Amino acid sequence: MRTSFGERLLDLAVNGFLWGFRILIVVIVVLGTFLTIRAGKYTSEQWIDFVVFGISQGSIYALIALGYTMVYGILRMINFAHGEIFMSGAFGGYFIATWLTGIGFMDKYPVFGLIISMMFGMLVSTLIALLVERIAYRPLRGAPRLVPLISAIGASFFLQYTFRGFFGPGVYAYPSMKALDGEWIFFGIGILKVQIVVTIAAVVMMSILYSIVMFTKIGKAMRAVSENKDVAALMGIDVNRIIVTTFALGAAMAGAAGVLYALTYRQVNFFTGFTPGIKAFTAAVLGGIGNIPGAMVGGLVLGIVESVGPALFLDSIGIPRPYQLKDAIAYIMLVMILLFRPSGILGERVSKKA
Amino acid sequence: MNKRLFALLSVLVLASMMLAACGAKATETPAKEASEGAATATEAPVAAATEAPVAAFECTDAIGCVDIAPGEPVHIAYWGVLSGPDSSLGEDSKRGVEIAIDDMGGKFQGHDILLTTEDAGCTPEGGATAATKLATDTSIVGLIGSSCSDETVGGIATITNAGLTTISPSNTRPVLTKPDRGPDYAGYLRTAHSDAFQGKAVAEFAYNYLKVTKAATLHDGSTYAQALQQVFADEFVKLGGTIVAQEAVAKDATDMKPVLTTIAAAKPEFLYYPVFVSVGGYVTAQIRDVAGLENVKIAGSDGIFTADLLKGGGANTKGMYLSSPDFSAFTGDYAGFIAKHTAKYGGSTLSTFHAHAYDAANILFAALAKVVVADADGTLHVGRQALRDAIYATKDFKGITGTLTCSPSGDCGAPVIAVYEIMNSDPASWNPSDATNPNPKKIFP
Repeated sequence: MRTSFGERLLDLAVNGFLWGFRILIVVIVVLGTFLTIRAGKYTSEQWIDFVVFGISQGSIYALIALGYTMVYGILRMINFAHGEIFMSGAFGGYFIATWLTGIGFMDKYPVFGLIISMMFGMLVSTLIALLVERIAYRPLRGAPRLVPLISAIGASFFLQYTFRGFFGPGVYAYPSMKALDGEWIFFGIGILKVQIVVTIAAVVMMSILYSIVMFTKIGKAMRAVSENKDVAALMGIDVNRIIVTTFALGAAMAGAAGVLYALTYRQVNFFTGFTPGIKAFTAAVLGGIGNIPGAMVGGLVLGIVESVGPALFLDSIGIPRPYQLKDAIAYIMLVMILLFRPSGILGERVSKKA
Repeated sequence: MNKRLFALLSVLVLASMMLAACGAKATETPAKEASEGAATATEAPVAAATEAPVAAFECTDAIGCVDIAPGEPVHIAYWGVLSGPDSSLGEDSKRGVEIAIDDMGGKFQGHDILLTTEDAGCTPEGGATAATKLATDTSIVGLIGSSCSDETVGGIATITNAGLTTISPSNTRPVLTKPDRGPDYAGYLRTAHSDAFQGKAVAEFAYNYLKVTKAATLHDGSTYAQALQQVFADEFVKLGGTIVAQEAVAKDATDMKPVLTTIAAAKPEFLYYPVFVSVGGYVTAQIRDVAGLENVKIAGSDGIFTADLLKGGGANTKGMYLSSPDFSAFTGDYAGFIAKHTAKYGGSTLSTFHAHAYDAANILFAALAKVVVADADGTLHVGRQALRDAIYATKDFKGITGTLTCSPSGDCGAPVIAVYEIMNSDPASWNPSDATNPNPKKIFP
């Protein structure tokens, strides 16, 4: 390909800028880490705390990210209403958990109470996701890729303000579960019970999902549809049913995440889904969108970097109020991953396709 | 390559969603007409106008006039935060304005008073949007608002340039009424106190009453919180204390444990976070989970002086301190106001600035009465500059919050600050004006 001198110069400038950016970020990270560790402001318990906070936040991101990535894997579309699906799960869990707490069930059988709340949250999320799929996405199945994206954004706002209409703009305080107060001690380090439960629940949910996709017939069909819709249809797979199943599974994960998120932060309102939704989308891209283990890894990496990053990278190099830059760290990391590995951490499969 | 385009596209989409999310909504609440039964008898003298043509009113005002024809309402607008987690703050002030209108019988010189509202969302962008909408409505006579200092920072230039004047019941950021605040603020006054007083009161409370010497602060990036925690920090150091950490989070942050761990590493005895409701709730709910902060004393300010804090913060709010205007220092008939409030809305007041809003509305009406020119047919004319000057000239005005005199830089408030302690974390128990069992309860000074 022949290019003019001007184009080559522009190319050089762009590449130079990008390399400069990469080097700058790497220098900040290395220098910041070195200075922070030398300053010794934090004890090792505090470092472990940072990582634990990050893992519990990250496992919630991962659960939500699964929905983004599965739908993308099958339909090549970003379901921007997914954050609101997550929020509806949190609301569903709220009502059942409040009721269970009110009749005293939650205190007597906390494990069952938690499982019932999660089940109900998943149910609500799944129902709403199926409605959204039927009304906002399926009629646009053959349309250009941008059309369902816009429809998804519309669905997102519609759901947000429907919930606002029904439940008002105020916050709802989640009932606190006595069984989850306090900490458990591992090797002399106290870790909050709620974070352990959230992490374990998230890991269990993800293993269930992974087994469904890898080891069942329907999972095989899902993988086939994601490889090639038309050929899968020729092989006798009901593509519509598989798409609906994918939405349902993704939404169930989001619903579970909604309940876990609300358990951790103890409140929910109509806007709850927005920020975690965007963060989870970031996590999905980070891990390699369309790739299920990628979403899990992306979520965890994002959670940990958000939690550890401000203290580790920025605290000691004289940046005041580093926690205001928490989101900036998350998004810069996304840009860095896309620069170094455009297909995401585990994203070979997608890049082969694109 | 496709991947990169895709990433760029998604970033753009995210950005546009964020912008869209900041948009504001408008609602209209016509002044209640229930309480005006008797007022119909005082309809303006209509008969005289038809004969003997009176010399037509000529507007000589430097920034224009509002003309209100017979049968048209006197249009007042309220702008502030009416949606999102801080809506209690705006709703509380709006009620103060509505009660002031009720006290006028819903009428001003024979014209109905129309109150419209504009949501400003407690952000500079929301303030700018609301101000633009208000500026285009030429029927508006005067404004009450905004709720959050951020909204004023975003919208005040538009409002001043449109010839409007606004009186804020709840902006407390010191710089808004500094003598060198600039011409954009010519249309801005407030009945709220400046945080120069509030920060000092909290510092004295912490150092003299709680006897702590090591304090940390946390703010949410709003101009209000940023300025207030800095005033506190400066005053606390002046008293002899040490500030061991000053941190900040984003206004939509939810996971506070990492930043609280950083604060814990500095080992404070007292943490002051004069933030808004969202961050305030999350910090309070999570603070006792962080190793090293189990027993630290915690305090906030008027931005979270609302039952919504108890909803978000849960059981940890018990024993938390909140600074606020001192209700017991109000010289006017506060008990009478509370009685009207209970009769009209039921339940407790939502936040702390209802009385300031009531006073602001009455200052506006008093100034309006001074400058209004009435034609024989009942048409009212209001000069915008004349109205603005009349508000600034407010002197020894007997309000609920005190005897108010407006300074040339727009400070009309009578700043007396108290610190309250939350006695019960149940949101239903919130009632700071309860005679026997107030929650929160005043403990300082």
